[in-house]
Amino acid sequence: MFLSIDTALIIEKLILIVVVVSISLVVAMYTTFAERKVAAVIQDRRGPNRAGPFGLLQPLADGLKLFFKEEIIPNFSSKFLFILGPALAMLTAVMTSAVIPWGDKLHLFGRDISLQIADVNIGILYVFGVVSLGVYGIMIGAWASNNKYSLLGGLRAASQIISYELAMGISLISLLMVTGSLSLKEMVVQQQTGLWNIIYQPLGFLIFLICSFAECNRTPFDLPEAENELIGGYHTEYSSMKLGFYLFSEYINMFVSSVIMATLFFGGYDMPFVNEANLSTNVAAIVGVVALMMKVVFFLFLFMWVRWTIPRFRYDQLMHLGWRILIPLALFNMLVTGAVILFLDR
Amino acid sequence: MSFWEKLYLPAVFKGMMITFSHIFKKKPTINYPEKQRPFSPVFRGLHILNRDAEGRENCTACGLCAVACPAEAITMEAAERLPGEENLYKEEKYAAKYEINMLRCIFCGLCEEACPKDAIYLSETFTPADYQRKQFIYNKNELLIPHPKENPEAYAKALGNRAAKGSVNA
Repeated sequence: MFLSIDTALIIEKLILIVVVVSISLVVAMYTTFAERKVAAVIQDRRGPNRAGPFGLLQPLADGLKLFFKEEIIPNFSSKFLFILGPALAMLTAVMTSAVIPWGDKLHLFGRDISLQIADVNIGILYVFGVVSLGVYGIMIGAWASNNKYSLLGGLRAASQIISYELAMGISLISLLMVTGSLSLKEMVVQQQTGLWNIIYQPLGFLIFLICSFAECNRTPFDLPEAENELIGGYHTEYSSMKLGFYLFSEYINMFVSSVIMATLFFGGYDMPFVNEANLSTNVAAIVGVVALMMKVVFFLFLFMWVRWTIPRFRYDQLMHLGWRILIPLALFNMLVTGAVILFLDR
Repeated sequence: MSFWEKLYLPAVFKGMMITFSHIFKKKPTINYPEKQRPFSPVFRGLHILNRDAEGRENCTACGLCAVACPAEAITMEAAERLPGEENLYKEEKYAAKYEINMLRCIFCGLCEEACPKDAIYLSETFTPADYQRKQFIYNKNELLIPHPKENPEAYAKALGNRAAKGSVNA
């Protein structure tokens, strides 16, 4: 069997990769800006408004500042791992976007261009694999810093991600029982014709949501970088753009998990109350991308909204919530879903 | 705690509603350099040495302000007005040197109250900034109000709303 790969396909995919990665980076950049603005308005402040109109150039100024900062590599650190840490964090953050269906297909130059870099039939497993790799960036960086606070932060990150990955995986199993497919594209197509998965799996979504907060190290689960007890946690020893990479990868992770949540539970690029079949291919694709982005913006706002509302958990509370509440709840959800599917004989 | 309370989610939701409502609250912050808060009519900022309407210095170097000053921030040296200087100084005696150490000054305004000639008053300028401490010892160059005839705009600006208060004897 020949693989049907021609030059045009390679070019098409390359362009798509560049576009998707740069969009993720730009969105992450402006998420840092949005975070500061949301924090400000929630606290009755104004937020950054000096750089450019409405402060819109603030993320550029922040990035520039980080580039010009002095690069410090502590001489008691293991240098290779010290540099590998943030690189790995950034890499895994960007890698996830490969299997996400950003929209339906575009019809350009007589070709159907699918707005998905790779329609892997085990897409969601790939996402899971890469996301759990993400903790290595944090752990390696924390270990290489050779600093007790960093090490504690790294340990916390590792144990937190292991604890919440379990509940997340189990909540996902019940979703997979409903959809019967591991391909993200297939799930979106199902939700376009039928109902959104949130209707079938409200509890599953809640567990998934809480776990993705924990996976992204966002408040109330930001113990790995708990400022008041660990002085910044795993990135205590980092400076300049290496610190920037750590902080930035957090925002890319937020963006990606927002996209994943929108895709899994909220119909992905499906615009509600619009029948895409009535529109021409290109219009439908654009409508789809816009719909996905709207959902993503909502989830990003949710991430920030929660951050500026809920205080950080204590470590034992975190473990208690993960192991004694979320995992049993996810198992229960899985059992009920299985029973219902069996009973309805779908 | 009841089961409902143990879920914590209703409480979390309530908290999130509170933070959400704050998004629409009026911000107390003012965009400072562009917009400024109105001053109180008794605001006391940096000092200004006054001139009369013809541009002659009011100060006669009597030293009452220096005596009144609780922070001992004012230093002056008196000199006698020579013939031909009538357009510069209002009376026969004037301050050849007049210095205020702005780092010592506590902006109490007692110098203004002590002055019998309305020669010194506290303006609405309040953000001095410099690189060296010695730059904060202001001499006559920095303290004197601009000449009302030669530079009427700057004079009016330095006068501020003091003219409206009616305490300037023109």
